[in-house]
Amino acid sequence: MPSQSIWTLLSWGPDGWLDDIASGAMVTVALALATLPIGLTIGFFIALGKQSEEPSLRLAANVYTTIFRGLPELVTLFLFFFGMPILLQHLIRYFRPEATIDVNGFVAGMIVLALIFSSYASEVFLSAFRAIPKGQYEGSYALGLSSWQTMRKVILPQLLRIAFPGLENCWLALLKDTSLVSIVGLAETLRNAGVAARVTKHSFLFYSVAALVFLVLAVLSSFATNAILRSLGKREAQR
Amino acid sequence: MSVTAAIVERPPPQARGWPRSRIIGYALVGLWIAFGLGIVAYLIFAWNAEFFAKYAPAYLKGLGVTLSLVAISMVLGAILSVPVAYGRMSNNPILSGLAYCYVYFFRGTPLLVQTFLVYYGLGSFRPELQTVGLWWFFREAFYCGVFAFALNTAAYQAEILRGAIESVPRGQWEGAASLGLHKLQTLRKIILPQALIVALRPYGNELILMIKASAIVAIITVYDLMGQAKLAFANSFDIQAYIWVAIVYLVMVEILRHGVEWIERRITIHLKR
Repeated sequence: MPSQSIWTLLSWGPDGWLDDIASGAMVTVALALATLPIGLTIGFFIALGKQSEEPSLRLAANVYTTIFRGLPELVTLFLFFFGMPILLQHLIRYFRPEATIDVNGFVAGMIVLALIFSSYASEVFLSAFRAIPKGQYEGSYALGLSSWQTMRKVILPQLLRIAFPGLENCWLALLKDTSLVSIVGLAETLRNAGVAARVTKHSFLFYSVAALVFLVLAVLSSFATNAILRSLGKREAQR
Repeated sequence: MSVTAAIVERPPPQARGWPRSRIIGYALVGLWIAFGLGIVAYLIFAWNAEFFAKYAPAYLKGLGVTLSLVAISMVLGAILSVPVAYGRMSNNPILSGLAYCYVYFFRGTPLLVQTFLVYYGLGSFRPELQTVGLWWFFREAFYCGVFAFALNTAAYQAEILRGAIESVPRGQWEGAASLGLHKLQTLRKIILPQALIVALRPYGNELILMIKASAIVAIITVYDLMGQAKLAFANSFDIQAYIWVAIVYLVMVEILRHGVEWIERRITIHLKR
């Protein structure tokens, strides 16, 4: 139907594709937001491992980052998406021989993106840990705080403020990496735009729209991070 | 005197017991070793001489495609990044605005979208491209990949170049000007040698990112390393297709990373005290 005008194609409803792309954008945002807390938590613990005094812990953490920063995102995704079912199938065969496994694209994407995000975030956290002077730990131990209390009440608030700009970069990279999950069939922005492009033959239009969606998401998140930074700065000034 | 000397004891040596961190550390390292052994065992167990003989030459060819794609787009991107960086640093609002938009677009959207935009998007203007005589270029997936990657890396490299040039103190420019060097001479003989030391690590990172990102051209039917792995997996349904390719990528990235660190150590010797 190349005769349809661009505005019909971009309208909301059965004739247009805007609703499909909007739902895809929601999936993109949901995937990124669902990955964020998992990735941040893993990244934080990896950073803790990297700056620990125990060599074996450092080694384990470094192997983790080497692997997940060194592998292309696409290879990691494919390994998980195609390898996981095989592995799980072997494991589950011991319990229920007739069971079959189907990996959900959203969950596989979430796991892979969390692995990648956490290995980058751990580097950000690590450099933030190194920016906190040792006196902070010593001072809080001298006040009788336990190591858990020190971490939670003294180190973490400073750490987050130092790590914030780096984490913002990681978040933007995560947002862009979600587009890769479209390849294994998750109906997110790029996937839906691709379907629209194939059906209507207006490839340039729909891929431009997909690019625009990602640009808008980037602009929105920079507004959000500016607001968070301002409130962090305000709290800093109040002390 | 001798009495106190006898009383003072040396503190006992630090106990090398099993604190919690050591237990966790050993457990995790053990887990990694088990994981590595598992992969090795799987590759030995699934060793298939036929598979290897059939796909190893294809993988080598794919490696060549990947490396040439990355090399060509890095070089083209480096050339293109110079005017963009110039625009970003210029005082002319139109020029700097344009350069800013360029950089923002290519850094703000996924490379996959950009690649699709070039390959499928520009490909849909076939009649127009044919009249201009550019269709032979946009018909080939490899050229489209190079085009998209060069534009993308130009944006990142422009930012690296700008950051490096701006990291050189203003006094260097002023000093060179007072010695009577003109702008280009100053840039070539004073600024760039200092800026490139700063830029080496980001350039190395960008190269690594490009090698990793180059895997996505497999989606637009280029038979690079990843494309060959996809083909091998589709034909054999054997997950070792992806395991081998993962190992190759990992080795490449590690070699590059250590190479960049080595070069950096070499060229900053004069800065260490």
